[in-house]
Amino acid sequence: MAYKIVASQCTSCSACEAECPNVAISEKNGTFVINPKKCTECIGHFDIPQCVAVCPVDNTCVIDTSFPRYQPPGGAA
Amino acid sequence: MDDSSTFDVVTAEPLDDIMQKIAEHKGCGTSSSGGKASCGSSDGPDDMAPEIWEKVKNHPCYSEEAHHHYARMHVAVAPACNIQCNYCNRKYDCANESRPGVVSEKLSPEQAAKKVLAVASTIPQMTVLGIAGPGDPLANPAKTFKTFELISKTAPDIKLCLSTNGLALPDHVETIARYNVDHVTITVNMTDPEVGAEIYPWIFWNHKRVTGKEAAKILTDRQMQGLEMLTERGILCKINSVMIPGINDQHLVEVNKAVKSRGAFLHNIMPLISAPEHGTVFGLSGQRGPSAQELKALQDSCEGEMNMMRHCRQCRADAVGLLGEDRSAEFTTDKIMEMDVAYDLESRQAYQSAVEQERLAKVAAKEAEMETLSREDVDGLNILVAVATKGNGRINEHFGHASEFQVYELSSSGAKFVGHRRVDLYCQGGYGEEDSLETVIRAINDCTAVFVAKIGHCPKDSLLAAGIEPIDEYAFEFIEQSAIAYFRNYLARVKSGEIAHVARGDADIRQGAFISA
Ligand code: SF4
Ligand code: SF4
Repeated sequence: MAYKIVASQCTSCSACEAECPNVAISEKNGTFVINPKKCTECIGHFDIPQCVAVCPVDNTCVIDTSFPRYQPPGGAA
Repeated sequence: MDDSSTFDVVTAEPLDDIMQKIAEHKGCGTSSSGGKASCGSSDGPDDMAPEIWEKVKNHPCYSEEAHHHYARMHVAVAPACNIQCNYCNRKYDCANESRPGVVSEKLSPEQAAKKVLAVASTIPQMTVLGIAGPGDPLANPAKTFKTFELISKTAPDIKLCLSTNGLALPDHVETIARYNVDHVTITVNMTDPEVGAEIYPWIFWNHKRVTGKEAAKILTDRQMQGLEMLTERGILCKINSVMIPGINDQHLVEVNKAVKSRGAFLHNIMPLISAPEHGTVFGLSGQRGPSAQELKALQDSCEGEMNMMRHCRQCRADAVGLLGEDRSAEFTTDKIMEMDVAYDLESRQAYQSAVEQERLAKVAAKEAEMETLSREDVDGLNILVAVATKGNGRINEHFGHASEFQVYELSSSGAKFVGHRRVDLYCQGGYGEEDSLETVIRAINDCTAVFVAKIGHCPKDSLLAAGIEPIDEYAFEFIEQSAIAYFRNYLARVKSGEIAHVARGDADIRQGAFISA
């Protein structure tokens, strides 16, 4: 799985962009989006997803179940 | 920063008798428009250390007098924030620094630098650039300092300032000093974590979301540490506090002591802005803001401790302009990018030295006029007068065009600026056009006279009916000199029995500004 941003809720504050350890977040047409190929759910970096923790609007950075759970290289998650 | 206002209408005693009389003159309302903000302290060299006055005298956010001659602007380059406040809704700009419901145009550092140059080339009075949000400038350090760097290269004469919640401040004090930032504003709403837990639901700290008292403890420790580090380096620090009745109103006296002991030079206590339509936690929970009396009582109880700033009008984060004007529409991103800007430092300096000459002339005129005011005649009497002005320290605004009135207190010590009364439509929250004259009279009802460059017959009669003397004979003259001359004449008329001195009543205060005692 990866995280995604609910565009209708995003204030475009950019706070998540700088916090993502994988540079998975960028601005697109006025709101911010997560590249699911780059998102590791912060596994291996931090205890909690950084975008979720910093986002000022609750339930805006949410898990996207359409992607398989991220598998850290060389080990169980 | 400053600079914006934002407060809900605070109504003082209904002025029914007066309104009765005014009603007879209905049908000739004045119209006012626009309304831009400025902020300032009435404090002059009398109650401020000379070295501090030297630094702030040209800063429109710190000195009301400077607001007549100089302008500041803010650029919105810092959208991200690292804390959550119950009075803030991030769909809009921070309510603490800006008008709720107004979103500033977000700029890149390059766009911001170009905008500053464009404005500074067009408006030579523009001397101060602030970064205040809409988020926290220090939660966006790369954008904030890049902006400062670009500006200090091309426009070295512009003063830089920033506003912060303080959480990240200790990490950036060295950089702040390196860029010669000369003023930092820290928003401090509490020093007690119990109180803080009611104001801040969470902070983002060390890659975690921290809540409750633990969050408030970290925040206050970082704020106090940052404040100490700045004052040790001689960087001026102003403290903004939002007064939230029932939560931190009593506690702000403690906050005042804590920040004073750490060297803050000015404390600006602002009323909470809270309405359900802002969508903030406090707005939705029905948390009210303070009344004008409550605010003044708190400011008074802190006054003995340090300089209090009573006149902040809270500017929106992208405000541009001099006293009472907002020229931000001339400087939208599209327009700036098309502009061919040549920064002319020399002509700016020439302009500014002309302004200094004018200021000196104004002081000399005031002093000469003071000589003629004999103390015996004053006899402990004091009155308030309202002034319609566009700036430059002169009576140069038409009564009907004024979006605010400056209020001066006249006494044996001369003319002292004591506050401003906003009468622009923005503040009136629902008053119709035809009621605007009534609104103006309510706002200056505690004044004996109103000085204007020009005034029509109809409002003149209404003012006289309300017991306020309209004065246009000092049109385009210096405010203080004229006010003292008027006062001398007033005293003579009282003495000769031509008029009786009448103590004026209360006035409606729209945003918790100074009320004359
Ligand atoms: S969960 Fe972590 S890795 Fe994924 S987008 Fe958010 S911050 Fe980046
Ligand atoms: S932190 Fe939240 S609101 Fe801000 S840009 Fe990211 S997703 Fe949008």
